[in-house]
Amino acid sequence: MAGDASKTLSNEVLWGGGRSPFSVSYGKLMIWFFLVSDALTFSGLLVSYGFARHSLMPGMEWPVGEIVFNKFPGISGSAPLMYVALMTFILIISSVTMVLAVEAGHRMDKKGVVKWLFLTVIGGLFFVGSQAYEWSHFIHGSHARVTLADGRTAFLEENPEHGEAIDPATFAMTIGSTHSEEKVEGPEAYKLYQNAVHVTSGANMVENEYGPPSYANFFFFITGFHGFHVFSGVIINFIVLIMVIKGVFHRRGHYEMVEKAGLYWHFVDLVWVFVFTFFYLV
Amino acid sequence: MERDDIIEYSLDAGHSEEAGRIIRKKIIFVTILLSAITSAEVLLGVFWRSWMPGSWHWVKWTFIALTLVKATYIVMSFMHLGDERRNIRSIILLPYALFLLYLIFVAIWESNYIHETLKLFL
Repeated sequence: MAGDASKTLSNEVLWGGGRSPFSVSYGKLMIWFFLVSDALTFSGLLVSYGFARHSLMPGMEWPVGEIVFNKFPGISGSAPLMYVALMTFILIISSVTMVLAVEAGHRMDKKGVVKWLFLTVIGGLFFVGSQAYEWSHFIHGSHARVTLADGRTAFLEENPEHGEAIDPATFAMTIGSTHSEEKVEGPEAYKLYQNAVHVTSGANMVENEYGPPSYANFFFFITGFHGFHVFSGVIINFIVLIMVIKGVFHRRGHYEMVEKAGLYWHFVDLVWVFVFTFFYLV
Repeated sequence: MERDDIIEYSLDAGHSEEAGRIIRKKIIFVTILLSAITSAEVLLGVFWRSWMPGSWHWVKWTFIALTLVKATYIVMSFMHLGDERRNIRSIILLPYALFLLYLIFVAIWESNYIHETLKLFL
């Protein structure tokens, strides 16, 4: 490299100046390029989700977020979207602690960086754990979808495979879609249920109780891919935290590594903002 | 061997206590804004149907607009892209926007067509 350093470069090669036209270091420019490519990957996934949803077979219905995700740990009743709102909030707050760690790094305040980075790692771990809970709730399911002998579809409020034996007197089901509902109760409903062709509860890669199979497949792939990003982000933040505690960056004279890890962490938060909107809200 | 022709941009990134106080104030403002938008979105999602049935279409566009506001604040403020030079902002945002807008256009156009075609088989 010594030869390159001593060589005189023309003004043209240097884009007319004696310095980088971007005024950022190599590492920061490269993490931005990585984030652009990763953003394109996530955009592709979300657009294909939208494609599947928009080109849905006429007569089928796409599931509604408030109905699918309505459980909160410790609360037995319905709490639509509350848990995922909490998750979103935790991730935003961990993004804030990260930006505070970067700010402390700019002031060469090692104690501040350690404090805020530690809180960021805690927030990330909480988010990964919450996602595991969401998946568990999604896979096990709480309702059931029944295909009746005459081809119509019915919904049960409770999963018949869970809990105690069915009492025909209080048995009830809703036949049809949300636009044209018909409620059937008592022994009549129970008889329909016994003659049913197929009962679906929860979700897997082949079928699910909520709606079209592609709904669960996209849910698993996109939230899974995002969860993997969160997980790797937590590990990166943890490694940087240990390096900060050991004083590596203080000796180097700048905390740019915290900034680069922070860019990745903010990106994970940014992706979640979109996943939250398109999976849970819209 | 130490090279003397490389400018260490990372060393210029520091700021004083005074500047830090202003930056922290801005961070707190963005935090409150993002939390408020998220709460508003959840409340809209849960209660809109009972408040104003039949206008769900508008809520969806409200969600998308609010999400874009949130994304702008995260990228420009938290990721400090707003503080970078204009040419680095452009090489990051413009190619991405170009690809994505085209992809969205193609996906909407084609999925509409498929949906209309499937209706023929009903």
